[in-house]
Amino acid sequence: MSRPLTLRRQEGRAGLALISPTLVITLVVVVLPLLWAIMLAFQDARLINIRRAGVFGHYTLENFSYVVSEPGFWSSLVNTLVYTVFGTGLSIVIGLVAALALRDRFRGRTLVRASILIPYVAPVVAVAFLWETMLNPQYGIVNTWLKEPIAFLTQAKGEFLGMQVPVALLTVIAFEAWRYFPFAFLFILARLQALPGELDEAAVVDGATPTQRFRYVIMPQLWRTIALLSVLRFVFTFTKFDDVYLLTGGGAGTEVVSVRVYNFLTSRDDIGASAAQAIVLAVFLVVFLVLYLRFFSGAGGDREQR
Amino acid sequence: MSRDRFERGLLRVLRPVVILVLFLATAFPFLYMVMLSVRDIQELILEPGSLWPNSFTLDTYVNVLTRQGFLTFMRNSAVVAVASVAFTLLISIPGAYAVARLRFFGRRQVHFLFLAVYLFPAIVLAIPLFVLFTMLGLRGSLIGLILVYIAQTVPVTVYMLRNYFETVPQSVEEAAAIDGCTRLSTIWRVVLPLSKPALMATGLYAFMIAWNEFLFALLFLVEKRERWTVSLGLSQLAGSIEIPTTVLMAGSVVLTLPIVIVFFASERLLTEGLTAGAEKG
Repeated sequence: MSRPLTLRRQEGRAGLALISPTLVITLVVVVLPLLWAIMLAFQDARLINIRRAGVFGHYTLENFSYVVSEPGFWSSLVNTLVYTVFGTGLSIVIGLVAALALRDRFRGRTLVRASILIPYVAPVVAVAFLWETMLNPQYGIVNTWLKEPIAFLTQAKGEFLGMQVPVALLTVIAFEAWRYFPFAFLFILARLQALPGELDEAAVVDGATPTQRFRYVIMPQLWRTIALLSVLRFVFTFTKFDDVYLLTGGGAGTEVVSVRVYNFLTSRDDIGASAAQAIVLAVFLVVFLVLYLRFFSGAGGDREQR
Repeated sequence: MSRDRFERGLLRVLRPVVILVLFLATAFPFLYMVMLSVRDIQELILEPGSLWPNSFTLDTYVNVLTRQGFLTFMRNSAVVAVASVAFTLLISIPGAYAVARLRFFGRRQVHFLFLAVYLFPAIVLAIPLFVLFTMLGLRGSLIGLILVYIAQTVPVTVYMLRNYFETVPQSVEEAAAIDGCTRLSTIWRVVLPLSKPALMATGLYAFMIAWNEFLFALLFLVEKRERWTVSLGLSQLAGSIEIPTTVLMAGSVVLTLPIVIVFFASERLLTEGLTAGAEKG
């Protein structure tokens, strides 16, 4: 009776021993720093006095009230939201179109597929600098095609077809869609290729047109992948720092919260306010996620019942 | 039937157009990058619209590698990336094996923890780590950076490896155990040789993260020029007026090329590893 028990316990011990390096590094480099970031957000911490701020230091809500009342905070939050929603949406739509177009074999498919993936795997610094150069008003190639040069990355507002448009913000969103549609493309293509062919064939036999097949046969099966993608991309984009920082430095109406966090940390040396701002960002992220999951898990359930 | 024929006809025209547009939108910028990197700055300013250079020059590459210090930056990037790959594999192989095969206390919670780490915003983490490394005097050293990269990649690599380890037939492992292998030697002699594709994929993933990363490199290394990675070097030099754009484009090529080579050598492996979860939905 005692033998199986000890074997089981042996296995449990071995499992814990093997997983422990992974656990230790995530605890030390991710979990503990997170807790510390929360503590810092409630303390008056600057880089100069950081050694004096201990665990039992003076806790205050000042950072939060300061951060929220600072000019530019709410507009940066709105920017972040606009940037995230449109960047996420566009990248998924383009990724879906790309996956559908490249679904069937054709000559040169490997080459096109490879080319599509480069924006996603190339280093962000290189592609941001590449866009900056291409869009440069003096010598960028894009502006040589236009009648009048447009300062895509340094101009907050411009006129397009008689409408006021936020030029730099739109450019940053376009960059986001360009860089991350391959991510959506990969996931959607993987799902497409795993779909059973019979359903589609049956729909053809029944006389369904291509758009009908897309609407009633393919889309229902892609729904979960797209929902997963929107959560992933939303989370990553909402807190993204490097793309916007490298393209515009947060200027020309593109300041997003993560760039503000960075500026508070490095140019103002205000660790407490920086941490508070990052926490506010994370809280908003969680709120949006909960809303999304509430809303969409309900909708997904309906769809499955049908 | 006419609607069907109309739609089919339309798609027959639209599909190649879409493919062409996507191909141009992704390939053209990189072609532009390479073309700018081999021409003279004077020529670019005189004829910004022409794509094909009148004369090719490789001086830009010589300049960026030697005078701007990109050789040093490449060495730093290589050290960081190779060390990250080695330690990531060393740590995630036992972890993934444990999650795939062994029943232990807290196995379910581990999944949740890894998902949380994967989704965790780097900008929140950046603050305490910046403070910590400043206090420990680790700012300006590559070790701190490697630690961060390991922690960021391990959740994903454990997930990728676990998926693969689960496909190794358990009977092979049992046979090894009967032949007298201990658990570690079973992993070493049986599981790992059977999992070479997955090991490659995870290693390359870790390499790409470490080579491409920017935020933590900026926070930890910016004050020490001799420690800059290629990404950081390019971003720091991109703002200066003294260095011609064409020279920096050569730097961009130098930064991009290793990752593109690595990626295309392993594309199938890597994409299968990363999207394995998507098929199940």
